[in-house]
Amino acid sequence: MSGLVLNNVTKEFGTFTAVNNVALTVPHGTFVCLLGPSGCGKTTLLRMIAGLDLPTDGAIQLDGKDITKVPTHQRELGMVFQSLALFPHLTVGENIAYPLRIRGRAKEEQKKRVDELLSMIHLSGYADRPVSKLSGGQRQRVAIARALTISPKLFLLDEPLSALDAKLREAMQVELRQLQQKLGITTIVVTHDQREAMTMADTVVVMQGGEIRQAASPMEIYRKPADSFVADFIGQTNLLEAELDSSGRALVFGHPVEGVAFKPGMTKATLSVRPEDVHLTAPGAGALSGTVTFVRDLGGTIETFVDVAGHQIIAVSTPRARPDVTVGQPVGVVLSPDVCVVLAR
Amino acid sequence: MRREAPQKIGDYAPLFFPATMLIVFFVVPFATMIAVSFFQRQQAGFYVPAFVLSNYERFISWFFANVLGFSLMLAVVVAICCVVLALPFTYLLTRMQRKVQIVWLVALLSVLSLSEVIIGFAWSTLFSRTAGITNLLVMAGILSEAKALLPSFGAVLTGMVYQAFPYTVLVLYPALVRLDPTLTEAARTLGASPVKAFFTVVVPALRNTITATLIMVFIFALGSYLLPQLLGRPQHWTLSVLITDQAIYQSNMPFAAAMAVFLVLVTLGLVALTVIAGRKGEAA
Repeated sequence: MSGLVLNNVTKEFGTFTAVNNVALTVPHGTFVCLLGPSGCGKTTLLRMIAGLDLPTDGAIQLDGKDITKVPTHQRELGMVFQSLALFPHLTVGENIAYPLRIRGRAKEEQKKRVDELLSMIHLSGYADRPVSKLSGGQRQRVAIARALTISPKLFLLDEPLSALDAKLREAMQVELRQLQQKLGITTIVVTHDQREAMTMADTVVVMQGGEIRQAASPMEIYRKPADSFVADFIGQTNLLEAELDSSGRALVFGHPVEGVAFKPGMTKATLSVRPEDVHLTAPGAGALSGTVTFVRDLGGTIETFVDVAGHQIIAVSTPRARPDVTVGQPVGVVLSPDVCVVLAR
Repeated sequence: MRREAPQKIGDYAPLFFPATMLIVFFVVPFATMIAVSFFQRQQAGFYVPAFVLSNYERFISWFFANVLGFSLMLAVVVAICCVVLALPFTYLLTRMQRKVQIVWLVALLSVLSLSEVIIGFAWSTLFSRTAGITNLLVMAGILSEAKALLPSFGAVLTGMVYQAFPYTVLVLYPALVRLDPTLTEAARTLGASPVKAFFTVVVPALRNTITATLIMVFIFALGSYLLPQLLGRPQHWTLSVLITDQAIYQSNMPFAAAMAVFLVLVTLGLVALTVIAGRKGEAA
């Protein structure tokens, strides 16, 4: 098949296993984000795809061809590094033309392609500037353009936006996604920022401890997390411990919650409930009751912290649906069964 | 932080000590040498204060022009050989584990601690017919009989490159350690083989460092006066050898001083030319 296939790829550094038996299929033209906390093996996985590190075990295929042992410079890929790695001794134009120069292409062809790419990244007329005279965002664009010079089969980015300030980063995320859709290029981005992953990716791959925890669309990852790590890592969530009572009802902190169905054979579980799905009501009504401990008013959203039998539950609402509560006030907490995701514990 | 320009004479106080050292140990001796180069030599090997140009006039001859030319050529060749050998070596060294790097650096420093005399005699043994490396080649069946490799230009060059190599590595090392390793990785992902990446990224990115190192080794090699005598023929003797000869054995201080002053001027001129050429290259 066309696209990238990882077959049980493992990478060990001495006794440390950085990537453990990872299997992943990236169909041609899709945008995949490798997401996870630092040290989860996402960058090592990307470096193996690029050929900068060799897997200890397993195979990597690109468009049906085994590329596990193909040296980096023969893989026809484009990569953007976290440090950007722009060549300081070359101008903007020379940086972008580098892949063509190294392949011995004619000067006119180089110039034509550089002009095309510069207009694509909205930096026409910057060809003769030294890279040191560019702003952070402009350097970012030049690094992206340089990686795309040869129209590579694979476009790899290692934390490409981490050096930019928050506003510019958000804008670049949209720009990068639009660019990828226009070019239809298979793209893999490493990031630790879940917002970034949700904004750009067709498929989000959540990694932890060198293993893939879940690979699915952003919506599925958010709505149907595979385990409590994914639920907690992607967005904000309330993780509630629950067990079955003798009559088969689910109990949360000892209170029955109607309608929550455990998977067959489960006696204990963790319920993941997104804060925006938690509704507050009058004391006594709702499945649980507790006391308001803190109200965080962020303007756009209101977060209400409720203490339920020593556990904290966060409810998020919009200012229009602002719950009429004050700190210290007793409240009821509504947990409707359709918003509770049952996870193995 | 903005610094104010020094107002009172006291503000220059931190400069007094280095300035004094520089004057006492550099400016005064150099000025003395310039003065001596114009003095009149006496028959017994003494000299009296005077202002004569004869020391410089004597210098203007084909013989000294040849020696000067050879000295400069030898220093340039040594500098180029050292940088060509040391640059890939240091680059690979910086890519190794820290422990391995330390072992290599200590080994290089120990070579640095050897005096020119020891280096010279060691190489003259290695290049000799009776105990030299050609005996190993005979054993390996490459040569039919052992022969002496000295005195020769090759022997002088080898000895001087050996002596200057550790300096070269130590000067290149900090710049190469600081070089972002993702630069070569980026070059590889963009289609450059490791060798091509070295020549298209590492070498040009370090252009200024390389120029500075060339100048340093050049000046270092220009001062060498023992190795050419130990390993070379008289035609391989450098100006430094002749200066030593005049100063110590011929007791002709004014003439030795004149040659030394001339050598310093020529060296400064060449260094200035290199710097100007480097600036032009950057602007273009």
